[in-house]
Amino acid sequence: MSNNADFRICPDTGFKIHLPADKLIKWNAVTAVVFLLVGGIFGLGVALTRWPAVHLLPADWFYLALTAHGFDVLLVWMIFFEMAILYFAGAVLLGSRLAAPKVAWVGYWMMLGGALITNIAVLRGDSSVMFTSYVPMQAAPDFYLGIIIFAVGALLGCFVFFGTLVIAKQEKTYEGSVPLVTFGAITAAIIAVFTIATGAIILIPTLLWSVGYVGHIDSVMYKVVWWAMGHSSQQINVAAHIAVWYALAAILFGAKPLSEKVSRMAFLLYILFLQLASAHHLLVEPGLSSEFKIFNTSYAIYLAVLASMIHGLTVPGSVEAAQRKKGFTNGLFEWLRKAPWGNPSFSGFALSLVMFGFLGGISGVMMGTEQLNIITHNTMYVPGHFHGTVVVGSTLAFMALAYWLVPVLWQRELVFPGLAKWQPYLFGIGMGLASVFMMGAGTLGVPRRHWDMSFADATMPYDFPGAAHLMMGLNGIAALIGGIGGTIFILNMVGTILWGKPKSKAAAEPEKPAAPAQPTVVSGYGSAGTMAVPGTFTLAMVFLVAFVLYYFVNWKYLAGVWGLS
Amino acid sequence: MSDEAQGDGANPVDEPIPFMQQVLDNPFLLLFIGITVPTVFYLIWGVMEIVSIPIAD
Ligand code: HEM
Ligand SMILES: [Cu+2]
Repeated sequence: MSNNADFRICPDTGFKIHLPADKLIKWNAVTAVVFLLVGGIFGLGVALTRWPAVHLLPADWFYLALTAHGFDVLLVWMIFFEMAILYFAGAVLLGSRLAAPKVAWVGYWMMLGGALITNIAVLRGDSSVMFTSYVPMQAAPDFYLGIIIFAVGALLGCFVFFGTLVIAKQEKTYEGSVPLVTFGAITAAIIAVFTIATGAIILIPTLLWSVGYVGHIDSVMYKVVWWAMGHSSQQINVAAHIAVWYALAAILFGAKPLSEKVSRMAFLLYILFLQLASAHHLLVEPGLSSEFKIFNTSYAIYLAVLASMIHGLTVPGSVEAAQRKKGFTNGLFEWLRKAPWGNPSFSGFALSLVMFGFLGGISGVMMGTEQLNIITHNTMYVPGHFHGTVVVGSTLAFMALAYWLVPVLWQRELVFPGLAKWQPYLFGIGMGLASVFMMGAGTLGVPRRHWDMSFADATMPYDFPGAAHLMMGLNGIAALIGGIGGTIFILNMVGTILWGKPKSKAAAEPEKPAAPAQPTVVSGYGSAGTMAVPGTFTLAMVFLVAFVLYYFVNWKYLAGVWGLS
Repeated sequence: MSDEAQGDGANPVDEPIPFMQQVLDNPFLLLFIGITVPTVFYLIWGVMEIVSIPIAD
């Protein structure tokens, strides 16, 4: 049993924070940011190599950097930050002690150790197999070993989170249902358990194969099981960043969800269906039936897409409802115009929401359609799509949360508030454009994961249209802008933690949200009690029209792939 | 929930908790279905299809 000496009361929010949880959240978040830096540098190297006029890295370094980039940002940055979110949504929002902090530390060190082992394997140069490590390409055994250790560490973190839920319930630190943000975190943790379990199922035999104990791994079998992990891990990110959206709406505006019931049902649809979309990675695979492909990527997944659209509607809707309650009732959009656009927590959140839907969401549904997939399969369109989901969606949402969380947890002022104001725009718009240009290049057929699109020394050369080269050049420029944005974020976080002025209660904060923040709403239960959000419905209609048009334009493209007469 | 009173959401006593809410309030039930559904529809189905591909001689 713990006593009150193990807790502190946060002066900004009134949260009762369990000290071991506090420390774990901090360490996980900081480690995440460090790996974002490392992975981001590799990402820039990749983008600058794919810029035909620059062509920065030699071929072997390109594939090395691409492998390190995928691993460090997609797995290490995201999952470390998600551990911080789980401990926050479990212990802090429920006002509970964290279950088994020692186990959580073992998990932390395993994740860190595993991440280092895999990075070293990649940097050695004998494991440039991309983070997907498709067999029969073979990496050094420690490449797989590191990922396995990392994953088991993350699994321990999930157990600690579930244990915390049990403790909070037993010790009655909350009444009724858990807060919505915690519910979103539960969704993420459930998907994480499936992710890690399937990861173990596929990577342990692959490790044994790399040391010679297993003779053969079938490559289609590998892909099926690997993508149960590879795709689901992306859905941890989605569930987590949507929980972050709800949290930020509550923190910045005191916004309550339009309907607790509807939002929770939408998360339930995620739990049921989101992971089935793993099959969209196998749409051109021979040997799998159309029934399997279409059931998993269409019928079932559209229910999860529906859930995303519900979140995309209710999150801004809840902000609108809260703003209208405060008197911003003129016209359709006064609530939006008068939002705190200079506060990076808000601008990051708003950009993340819009771009996740328009860039990541629409392109994902298009590509996940069995017939349409062939137009863009294995082209730059694919990284274009997922930089729209995991970068301008999840990463930007996590950055927005960090702008609030880091000053609150460390009780320090942000070191570069002026730069922070611009950061979400630089990173969001830079990477948003990068996503668009990559999709553009992909539509023109430029392959992903390819060192030289000019095919200079290829036996069967191919000339891409000038527009394709232009797209890849513009992508490089956009990546540089995004890279500057990313750098400012990291400087701000590291700087705040190391040199930030301790917070004084009276200090004037120029970028305080327009309305007094009500952080306790985030740990409460209750709906806004209104559906009168005309501005949000208008925006949703714009989204739907864009969605439908884009979807059908791609059927038109498909119809033009093979001429009929 | 924090120490402050947060009355609006708490269930009034004596009212039976709706079935769906009981489901949503049970994280371990959710964990179970969240693992079972993709295991059956994606993993097992997918693996079965590959296993049943005839082997060339
Ligand atoms: C400065 C920021 C970033 C830049 C400039 C960048 C650039 C790129 C480029 C150009 C590619 C495509 C390479 C190719 O297929 O030839 C790529 C791949 C990828 N990126 Fe990024 N990216 C950035 C940030 C991120 C972040 C934050 C994430 C995840 C959270 C991410 C995840 C990935 C993944 C998973 C791949 C695929 C790797 C593979 O195909 O094996 N990127 N990135
Ligand atoms: Cu996927």
